[in-house]
Amino acid sequence: MSNENTIIHPSRASGLTRTLSNLLRSREIAVAAVIVVIVVLTTLKSHGFVFSSDGWRNLLVTPSLLIVLAVGQAAVIITRNVDLSVGSTLGLTAYLVGKVFIANPGMPAFMAFVIGLAFGAALGLINGVLVAFGRVPAMVITLGTLYIYRGVFLSWAGSNRVNASDFPSGFNSLGTNSLIGIPVLTIIALILMAVVGYYLRTARSGRELYAIGSDPDAAHLYGLPVTRRVLVAFVLSGALAGLAGVIYAARYGTVSSGAGSGMELQAVGAAVIGGVAIAGGVGTVWGAALGALLLVTINQALPIVGISDFWQKAVVGALIIGAIVLDRILAARQERALIAARDRARLDTPTTVKAGSPA
Amino acid sequence: MPSQTVVPVLELRDVAKSFGAVVALRSGSLVVERGSIHALVGENGAGKSTLVKVVAGVHRRDSGVFKFVGDDVDFSSTAASKAAGIAVIYQEPTLFPDLSVAENIFMGRQPLLAGRRIDYGRMYAEAEALFTRLGVQVDPRRPARGLSIADQQVIEIAKAISLDATLLVMDEPTAALSGVEVDRLFAIARQLRDEGRGLVFISHRFDEVFDLCDTITVMRDGAYISTVKTEETTVNEIVAKMVGREVAELFPKVAAEIGEVVLEVEGLTSAGVFHDVSFNVRAGEIVGLAGLVGAGRSEIARAVFGVDGYDAGAVRLGGQPIKPRNPRSAIRAGVAFVPEDRRKQGLVIDDSVARNIASVIRNGLTKVGVLTSSAENKAAGPWAAKLEVKTGALDMHAATMSGGNQQKVVIAKWLATNPRLLIIDEPTRGIDVGTKSEVHRLLSDLAGQGMAILMISSELPEVLGMADRVLVVCEGRITADIDRDDATAEAVMHAATRNSSTTPATPSSSEIPA
Repeated sequence: MSNENTIIHPSRASGLTRTLSNLLRSREIAVAAVIVVIVVLTTLKSHGFVFSSDGWRNLLVTPSLLIVLAVGQAAVIITRNVDLSVGSTLGLTAYLVGKVFIANPGMPAFMAFVIGLAFGAALGLINGVLVAFGRVPAMVITLGTLYIYRGVFLSWAGSNRVNASDFPSGFNSLGTNSLIGIPVLTIIALILMAVVGYYLRTARSGRELYAIGSDPDAAHLYGLPVTRRVLVAFVLSGALAGLAGVIYAARYGTVSSGAGSGMELQAVGAAVIGGVAIAGGVGTVWGAALGALLLVTINQALPIVGISDFWQKAVVGALIIGAIVLDRILAARQERALIAARDRARLDTPTTVKAGSPA
Repeated sequence: MPSQTVVPVLELRDVAKSFGAVVALRSGSLVVERGSIHALVGENGAGKSTLVKVVAGVHRRDSGVFKFVGDDVDFSSTAASKAAGIAVIYQEPTLFPDLSVAENIFMGRQPLLAGRRIDYGRMYAEAEALFTRLGVQVDPRRPARGLSIADQQVIEIAKAISLDATLLVMDEPTAALSGVEVDRLFAIARQLRDEGRGLVFISHRFDEVFDLCDTITVMRDGAYISTVKTEETTVNEIVAKMVGREVAELFPKVAAEIGEVVLEVEGLTSAGVFHDVSFNVRAGEIVGLAGLVGAGRSEIARAVFGVDGYDAGAVRLGGQPIKPRNPRSAIRAGVAFVPEDRRKQGLVIDDSVARNIASVIRNGLTKVGVLTSSAENKAAGPWAAKLEVKTGALDMHAATMSGGNQQKVVIAKWLATNPRLLIIDEPTRGIDVGTKSEVHRLLSDLAGQGMAILMISSELPEVLGMADRVLVVCEGRITADIDRDDATAEAVMHAATRNSSTTPATPSSSEIPA
């Protein structure tokens, strides 16, 4: 087709080059590279960080909790919402699972996951209904439910706690067992991540979450079921927080009323570091999971390199701010490049000339 | 089906729709036959877009008959109308900027593989095929962000065509398109017509209406006026029906004494938005900034006021330069800016009238740093009275007022700063006809008192009736500077659409040969 029929020049890169350059420019690769650098540097300083059975295990099993939370958080943030209640949901679910085990000592371990999933989903549904139908910003609603769920937990548990001895051994061993060298809990987290990631990438309704976050008004005008989709995102986030509660119980054995507090902000931070735009519409769960892995790995590495507790928190803060600033700079650069390309195309394209009919 | 030939695709009779106190549509009627391209014309504010939104399921009608392919329907959502077979291209493109062009077209109906997985390969290929049919080349994988309005419009058209709809409604689809692109769109429209679909085409360009459409329905002031066959009418006849009254009586512009230059704009350029814009506005003069939607008029005004930045050029008020990107400096120099979307940008909609009026002069009202509401009421009172803002009390909330009164509150707010230059963007958009002339008389009075006024308006009669001088913007450039006596609708429209084939070539990009 001749030049005057072109109003936007297509990218001339071949499929392979495009895939490669997209990959190299992706946030996921950048975060993964940072993780590798941190692990390598820390291992040089202390071989035990990776090369001891304990170090290897901790490196893999500790992030699993935050990965699950970050995956759910990513799904919510992509719709231009946020779920701050996940830390409380996690704690409350973990405690509930413990209580159910105390009441029914013979219950099989997998039932704990079913209960966690269902209870978390129910708490998420409350968030979703309030946000989707109440038309109140998610930040306010979930800040409210953060305190409500935690309050319910506090008044229920008081100073009591569930101990490892209250759980059946089959459940406790989930926290310590491995499959071909990889802890079972990590495998569970990775499977959840893969399922949600696959859904967001390949299902129509998954793509609609992106569309809604990208421009909610356009989504309404387009006729997308915005209310339903936002509801589903919150239920998903709640269900994953419930599962994270079960993982918490299996990993630590004891659940007291402080369980999971503050984790909601780590989950948001992980998603943002992993490239999920807080304004919605952009990001992947792989990115959020890698962000979670980076946060946890840094927290494990810094004490080994001899950096104090205070600076560990500051480093996490710097990472979050750095990620957002980087996003802004990249977005501004891309916007400028697109506008420049458009101006060029306009000058290249004579508009008054009658083009030969394309047919 | 035997009845196919007699049942119209779309039938609307006496459809009404109000928003609070504002009646957007009094009695809209429209009958679209199969295999027909039906033009819907009328001034801005005649109710065309409201009618379209009723058909699309965005708004629900208050009363009237709405039949689609012979059946009574009442769409409660855009999804419902889409499922029934209605595709709508809205005036403003509604794309998802973060998603790819192909996803924008196929969102919610992406081609699927086994297991309900999206078939990205086929989706891109189908998008490519659509673009080939439209005769354009767009990378289906690129994000929608950064596309020009014209390019976005192309995506919207591709989206509508891919729906394979029985009825296709296009609300000013050509406003931002160039001649070649319009030709292509028309070829597609005729093809769809020949397939037996019904099309509704809304446009302000009469050459296009007469070129493309077989039937024309005229609307005025929210009501149906008449429907005629294109070959049995003329442009003048249609215009007479659209306007229905003398322009002069609507806009009581009083001649004012023109003083010295107040605003000087020189070589203002912002990459991708506007280029080399120079003009001035004198005291007592109303300068109209005309042009099509998306031409860059509002952007120029925003840059002059300092809300947006610019890459090159200078803005001077009374000889003194105004700092770029600094609205505060502009306000201090004596510039007032009444924005296009007053609900979003001009009013604290949930706040009282007094607070709104006093908001820009707050610094001057504080005593020992404390702002009392009695000080606010005292400052706001005379202004509200002067403009005849009809509110029960100054502490009434702005949100509950009619569009006309809201506009007056915004103007009052700025007049309290005692400006030398008033920039006003779409002064009467969404205001009922009665209040419109009050706003016009107010602007005329202000000019009479020696204020310089820069007025942006999409309503041609308003520009022609009010302005002492008309500047026409087309694709980010000023393409004409017309005095009041020479300003005709035709002259302005020519300059505003100079990329369409009727206009002689100008020393711009359009001279580059193929």
